[in-house]
Amino acid sequence: MQLEYFQLIDRIVDLNLDAKTITVEAQVPATHTIFEGHFPGFPIMPGVLLTEAMAQSSGWLLLGLLKFERMPFLAIVKEAKMRGFVSPGQLLTIDAKLEHEGSGFAVTKAKGRVGTDLKCSAEITFGLAPFPDPALRVHMDAMANKIGFPLQANTHG
Amino acid sequence: MSSTFEQIANIIAETCDIPRDTIKPESHAIDDLGIDSLDFLDIAFAIDKAFGIKMPLEKWTQEVNDGKATTEQYFVLKNLADRIDELVAAKNAGTGTGS
Repeated sequence: MQLEYFQLIDRIVDLNLDAKTITVEAQVPATHTIFEGHFPGFPIMPGVLLTEAMAQSSGWLLLGLLKFERMPFLAIVKEAKMRGFVSPGQLLTIDAKLEHEGSGFAVTKAKGRVGTDLKCSAEITFGLAPFPDPALRVHMDAMANKIGFPLQANTHG
Repeated sequence: MSSTFEQIANIIAETCDIPRDTIKPESHAIDDLGIDSLDFLDIAFAIDKAFGIKMPLEKWTQEVNDGKATTEQYFVLKNLADRIDELVAAKNAGTGTGS
């Protein structure tokens, strides 16, 4: 994770465009100023960041399904549940699957685990829009490369 | 079996917390019920799921923006119910609906 840049996903473990699922890993940093305030003596990942991590995981799935032709933007978070504490240094594994692709929007369900322990889950809706700026598309391509987005999913779908 | 309008009205009431008895066939989703685009995403998801269709919202929006259709054709609820019935019929006929 690069929390300063809001880049929460480190690695794509599996992307299955047929099953419309993705599995990613997100390494929670062992130390960070966030943990100094959240909370002193009991550092845990804020639920809002766990939610964002689930959203970013879903976003990568949607980018693959959309062949990078549109950008998913977070619109609605439902049933966001923080089921257990996530501590500094833990490896978060997030699974997301497409629940529904509508006209101009998509809905996913995501779950985050540490080991086999379910830590968080949510149903997330995204608006799907053309990339509003070429620089964003360039950035997403670079990020895709960095986190191991399968090249064939990007270029050939 | 409840009518298409009844199902839509129930979805809107539940999704947007609008009293069910204020939702009429003549109600305009935007002008009368005050449903915004974000709430409509939720409604569209629920309608798509309930009827097993994909409402072509982007196509409808484009038609309205291009002046080829009015919002009343798609967002007055009795008309929306008709559009949904058409989509369901097209799906059952295996002709597809486009999006």
